[in-house]
Amino acid sequence: MSLFYFVSFLSILFSLLVIFTKNPVYSVLALIATFFTFTIQYILLNAQFLAVVNFIVYMGAIMVLFLFVLMLMNLNKESEPMKSNLIKVVGVIAGGTLLVTLVGATKMLQTSEVSALPNSDIGLVENLGKVLFNEFLLPFELSSILLLTALVGAVLLAKKDKRTQNG
Amino acid sequence: MDNITATIQVVPLNHYILLSAIIFTIGVIGVLIRRNAIIIFMSVELMLNAVNLLLTAFSAYSGDASGQVFVFFIMALAAAEVAVGLAIIVMVYRNTNSVDINVLNRLKW
Repeated sequence: MSLFYFVSFLSILFSLLVIFTKNPVYSVLALIATFFTFTIQYILLNAQFLAVVNFIVYMGAIMVLFLFVLMLMNLNKESEPMKSNLIKVVGVIAGGTLLVTLVGATKMLQTSEVSALPNSDIGLVENLGKVLFNEFLLPFELSSILLLTALVGAVLLAKKDKRTQNG
Repeated sequence: MDNITATIQVVPLNHYILLSAIIFTIGVIGVLIRRNAIIIFMSVELMLNAVNLLLTAFSAYSGDASGQVFVFFIMALAAAEVAVGLAIIVMVYRNTNSVDINVLNRLKW
């Protein structure tokens, strides 16, 4: 139980670091740490498949993309022009209002205090695979098409345009 | 594994909702106060992850595996989104030599 609160504290701390550090590379590193705490949360929830996928996809693929783009553009310096303090304060106030609204709505919820997990085996690969390939077979195939189109789109977007180079 | 799952059985579901709300709010604030396009992108990732965690918690507490399958789809979507979004940022940087979102205000006209 205390492990949950410790990990939650760490994720809040690291996600605050993501948005408040000046250097973008430190932001990416804090984001990696945040994703790692989320992986621990998934393990605590006994969602082992999601923990592994989170670890591979977010801490592997997405982080490599972010770091690669940052290093490619040579942005690893604190050259970002910051917004004015007024906008910062207004942004924090707006976010705080959202948080207060969400927390207030949560207070009205009647969630059961006893939280014995009814069937804690649903997060295992075997059970998730059965659900995924029986009920969600069509969305699964469609998501593969989505990934393919994203791949083609990313290559097309990032490719240098020949016409603008010549003219 | 049994003792790990036994430890979380005393964490109320409300606390997961609170944690996800806090992380989501941090993501929103990050989008509002930063000007670097890549950091705004990372804040969007934070929001997506907060929703993922909450969906997983709901799914585990209600004993329904569909929620976790949905989280899996969100992760696939996030991967596609990051690839396309970073390609767009690379294009913007190539054309304007900066990733400051304020130079993009010409998109208004």
